[in-house]
Amino acid sequence: MTWGTRIVTFVLKRATTTQENWRAASPTRDTDMRSVLGMLAQVATFAIDGVDPRPVWVEVDIRSGLPTFTIVGLGDTAVRESRDRVRAAVQNSGFKFPPSRVTANLAPAFLRKVGPGFDAALALAVLAASGQVPVEALARYAVYGELSLGGELRDSPGALAVAEGARRAGLERLIVPRGRAREAALVEGIGIVAVASLREAAEVLSGREPPRFPALPAPAARTGVEPDLSDVRGHELPLLALQIAAAGGHNLLLEGAPGTGKTMLARRLPSILPQLTRAQAIEVTRIHSVAGVHAGGLMTARPFRAPHHTVSAAGLVGGGTPPRPGEATLSHNGVLFLDELSEFQRTSLDALRQPLEDGHVTIVRGQRVLELPTRFMLVAASNPCPCGFAGVGDRCSCGEVDLRRHRRRLSGPLLDRMDLLVSVERPGERELRGPPLTSSARARERVLAARERQEIRLEGTGAACNGEMDSRLVRRHVRLDGEAELALGAAYERGALSARGRHRVIRVARTIADLEGHDRVRVADVLMAVSLRQRDRAEGALAA
Amino acid sequence: MTAAPDREGPPRGGRITAAPDRDGSPNPEDGPPASQRACEDCLRRSWLLARLGAQFDFARRRGRDLPLIFDLPDARLIAAIAGAVRPAVEREYERFDAQTAVAGCHAAGVETICRCDPAYPRRLATAPGSPAVLHVAGGRDRFVAFLAGDAVSIVGARRGSPYGLEVARSLGRSLGAAGLTVVSGMALGIDSAVHAGTLEAAGATVAVLPAGAERPYPASKRGLYRRIIGGGVAVSELPPGTASRRWTFPARNRIIAGLSAMTVVIEAGERSGSLITAAVAEDLGRELGAVPGRVTSALSAGTNDLLARGARVVRDAGDVLDAIFGVGVRTAPAPRDSISVRPELRELLSAVGAGRDTLGALVGPGRTVEHVLTGLAELEVGGHIRRAAGGRYVALMPG
Repeated sequence: MTWGTRIVTFVLKRATTTQENWRAASPTRDTDMRSVLGMLAQVATFAIDGVDPRPVWVEVDIRSGLPTFTIVGLGDTAVRESRDRVRAAVQNSGFKFPPSRVTANLAPAFLRKVGPGFDAALALAVLAASGQVPVEALARYAVYGELSLGGELRDSPGALAVAEGARRAGLERLIVPRGRAREAALVEGIGIVAVASLREAAEVLSGREPPRFPALPAPAARTGVEPDLSDVRGHELPLLALQIAAAGGHNLLLEGAPGTGKTMLARRLPSILPQLTRAQAIEVTRIHSVAGVHAGGLMTARPFRAPHHTVSAAGLVGGGTPPRPGEATLSHNGVLFLDELSEFQRTSLDALRQPLEDGHVTIVRGQRVLELPTRFMLVAASNPCPCGFAGVGDRCSCGEVDLRRHRRRLSGPLLDRMDLLVSVERPGERELRGPPLTSSARARERVLAARERQEIRLEGTGAACNGEMDSRLVRRHVRLDGEAELALGAAYERGALSARGRHRVIRVARTIADLEGHDRVRVADVLMAVSLRQRDRAEGALAA
Repeated sequence: MTAAPDREGPPRGGRITAAPDRDGSPNPEDGPPASQRACEDCLRRSWLLARLGAQFDFARRRGRDLPLIFDLPDARLIAAIAGAVRPAVEREYERFDAQTAVAGCHAAGVETICRCDPAYPRRLATAPGSPAVLHVAGGRDRFVAFLAGDAVSIVGARRGSPYGLEVARSLGRSLGAAGLTVVSGMALGIDSAVHAGTLEAAGATVAVLPAGAERPYPASKRGLYRRIIGGGVAVSELPPGTASRRWTFPARNRIIAGLSAMTVVIEAGERSGSLITAAVAEDLGRELGAVPGRVTSALSAGTNDLLARGARVVRDAGDVLDAIFGVGVRTAPAPRDSISVRPELRELLSAVGAGRDTLGALVGPGRTVEHVLTGLAELEVGGHIRRAAGGRYVALMPG
């Protein structure tokens, strides 16, 4: 116990120098350094709450007593088990695990800590508290990663989120497992130290030059592997509808018999959407990293998620214990594709309502409220009837009851948010042999031009595209020419359109005009939108 | 045997009944005066049919001819089909109390009219095996007034195609507007479309139900039922509370045919129940018509067969009026105003009507997707076509 007092002075000194940085990040920092009698060290790390980083202090206190190692601070089983991992890793890295009473606390205590990502921070805090690495060096670092028993730093999801948190907390450097370095390095203004083991981390803290990791290649341009519209033969109308959907941010329902190409078309929607901005790309990468579905550099392609129809409501919008982002969040800034829409559970589909409307989902678990971003484009595919063959010769054998049951299975609130309904027909033999009608590059050009027009028109309104216009914005920003006004009026008057249907038609017509480059919506645009509209239940009613 | 239908139990199925809201036990003295209801013998007959519900199904399975059975007097009917439950039925038959039956009807909001009543529909009375009592929901007087005029029945497949449903609706609408009483069975598909069309034109419509008249059958049609008893009537030969059985459907069909001067079939498969209605109408010597369909469609096999055997071709309301009143005697009212079709769109409209009803079939040389789409939209908005399942378009009939 000769090094005891030395450590205490370190701690006192550090407490004054770093408190500034930490006050903002850690509201519950109430450790009274002056009352410390044993040896104390603190290391910054981060817990991931939904998709956001929350600062967590790992405090380790060593005092005389029977050798024990306790971890407190609302950790889950993985955190409790890290006791054994940390002990083994410390010893197998050639350090000494202090043979005294070791208490580790993960602060703030109210935040539930999940997963093994605190291992490295715990181990380094133990080493610091026992004087085996210099404490003052640690003050500038955040540490993140799981440990193996042998002392290697394991790949842990969510490094990008942690790096963002560390930068926000004003820390200078972040120690991450080597496999996550590239991802963490996307955050500018923080030094990333990629290490392979606890030993290396300790050496870096003791002043050695951090090991270098390969330089980050520039974000790759779109590669040819991505599905492209030039793979599509025929399907003139669906291709048109995809462009309208992409240009105006309209949700789209594809209806067609099995095997006509609904899924193939939907998969190609991301390829004609505008490129992700860097901020969007980082957000997408962070979300996918946290969810453990992506590791490596920046994601430049828009996400495309196609959950199976057995997905639960929690799987779709997020939830569970601990709360995890759902498919809606994973498709943030991208496309969520629901194939076989009628097979999804009603509860799952109804849960999509808030995410679709607000662009985020709020999950309340216990006393915690979690907000996850969900700004995605929805594309759904469905058979037109239970047998799937309505519209294919005389093959359909469905009666009124079947059709009505089928229709009822499609969630009403969800259909209300679909602006476009397109029938996907089997392409003809000649079309299959013919050249493709368009390519993604060409289509994207049109989409970008249309988006630009919308941005200029909608600047400062909060809406980014026509699909996001509410009725107030529609009234203010959409101008129809005289003939178009007349046609729309006649349709409404005759009951062919409901009030909601009319609103939808105007929004879509505006997008069609944007694609064509017209300032005013012409009658042809309105009629096209009428043909592509998703029928209201009141409008599409069968007999009685 | 325990299969006697529960006559007194609460109505099953739909919660909607024709009964006006009232509480307390039904009081026979609340009921209509004797002249405004069925006589005791007829009520007993009606009770007997319900009581023998299960035995009828059994008798039918053994191939007995229903119309013949319906003509048997009570005692012989019991002897013929009651079988093992005969002693019990005979005992209950002796103890039948008309007051209770009347009270039951009254409580269910159903009025009665019997064969012995001069107001009983004349055409039905002359048909063999006609029901002793008709239970009426929606107003006995209204029913009598409806049937004093000319009635036409329109029936068809439950799984009607968009084409069949459209024709059914349009015929109901035009014939209702022409002042005819339109009779059907409120079944899914064609039947319901007929009623709905007639109601659209505020015409007179009669739904003949296979179960008690006080509740909708099928239960999913409760909305339509409510509208029918609001502006038309629902009738049944079975007392309130009787559930449907296999035999009550063909039995109901004989009433539909019996009530009307002409029966029109729209879409019927080869073994459709609508063909029973057609056969009864033929036996009664009434007019029989059928709407032609495609020869490749299984749904039209029955109707095309009727046409081949000499049924009248029904293309629109005018054909029906000609058949009933003689050619040119009465004409269908002018179709409601529809925006006239621009010449450029006529070709498109006729292509849809000819069965080129999907976008893929309509697009071709000289007709781009944009052209066709805007054209279809214009036609749809103008009320000339409607979009059905699977991206199909259906040409609407004027009227």
